[in-house]
Amino acid sequence: MRPFDEVVAEHGAVVLRVCRAMLPVAEADDAWSETFLSAMRAYPDLRPDSNVRGWLTTIAHRKAIDQIRGRNRRPWPVDPLPIDGVPQGKGEAGADERALAALDRAGVVNELQAALDGLAPKQRGAVVYHYLAELPYAEVGELLGTSEAAARRSAADGIARLRTTMRGTPR
Amino acid sequence: MNTETPGTTDQQLLAELERSIPTPTTDELDSLRAGLAADAEREGVLDVAYRSMDSPYGSLLLAATEKGLVRIGLASEDHDAILDGLAETVSPRMLRSGRRTDPVVRQLDEYFSGDRRRFDVALDLHLVRGFRHDVLTHLVDVGYGTTVSYAGLAAASGNPRAVRAAGSACSHNPIPLVVPCHRVVRSDGSVGNYAGGSEMKVSLLAMESGSAGPATTRH
Repeated sequence: MRPFDEVVAEHGAVVLRVCRAMLPVAEADDAWSETFLSAMRAYPDLRPDSNVRGWLTTIAHRKAIDQIRGRNRRPWPVDPLPIDGVPQGKGEAGADERALAALDRAGVVNELQAALDGLAPKQRGAVVYHYLAELPYAEVGELLGTSEAAARRSAADGIARLRTTMRGTPR
Repeated sequence: MNTETPGTTDQQLLAELERSIPTPTTDELDSLRAGLAADAEREGVLDVAYRSMDSPYGSLLLAATEKGLVRIGLASEDHDAILDGLAETVSPRMLRSGRRTDPVVRQLDEYFSGDRRRFDVALDLHLVRGFRHDVLTHLVDVGYGTTVSYAGLAAASGNPRAVRAAGSACSHNPIPLVVPCHRVVRSDGSVGNYAGGSEMKVSLLAMESGSAGPATTRH
């Protein structure tokens, strides 16, 4: 197994770009750090044949969602309200999606990032993970909890939507 | 399938997407990596911290576990191969980070300039087993400016007949300089072999005996 430092050297830049595409800049740095700390903890158990970039992107995806949730100090709205102070289990399956939808518009550095913010969560994920992290659609689908075909469709829809948004923006 | 191939407009858009997410600079990544090393240290997941340092004998590699200094690589050794070896034998959870070995660097600098006669750093010798471990433990007590023969070291380690094994322990010493295998010489008085080359061994012994100036004056 390679020293973990080599993994950071090889994939650090692309993971930071993924974080920056999913989060405002200040939060992207935190997500990067959290991603590599988690990855380092689990690294000795990583199977030798694993796709390391895909593995790191998956962790970064989870950390981006954590960042977005942590941003809202109040209870996450999709969690069932506690009854008599007893929490009623975790949010349902769509919670991640809604967390991504809650990306705030603060800290947006340019119009294309603003346009990215306007995408549906799965479209945004599919565009970023396929075109920026260069993962194949099969892995993007796995990461987003959908099929390969659905991931491919989300990316195409996302690109189409970005194009429309950008056209509508005066240059 | 045909949705996968973007048209010209899509390619322009993707190029713009590429540009809109700036490629991180080396400084940005270095700063994040330093922060990661500090986080990993605090969280107890930094199993091996390593760094390089300049010395009068060329670049040295220093590696430390949480228990202590585990490896010094001399300039004559392949540092990448040493790091790969540590990933296999200790843990792959390794980062380049200076903090853990700061005291070692300071003490080695003092040693090379003639201002330090013994090292006060924790050692991690757990990779060395059996008789070799006994040999290195005794070797630590061989003082500055003195020498011991391989036979004498074997005897001090509890097995006077294991002269060859004592020699083998020295040649596989993972922490040269701090565990002073350069102070072990042949019974006939010749200096014998050294991982850093016999010239380096002669030079270190000359410095320690006071017959040469501080090692920092030579290259």
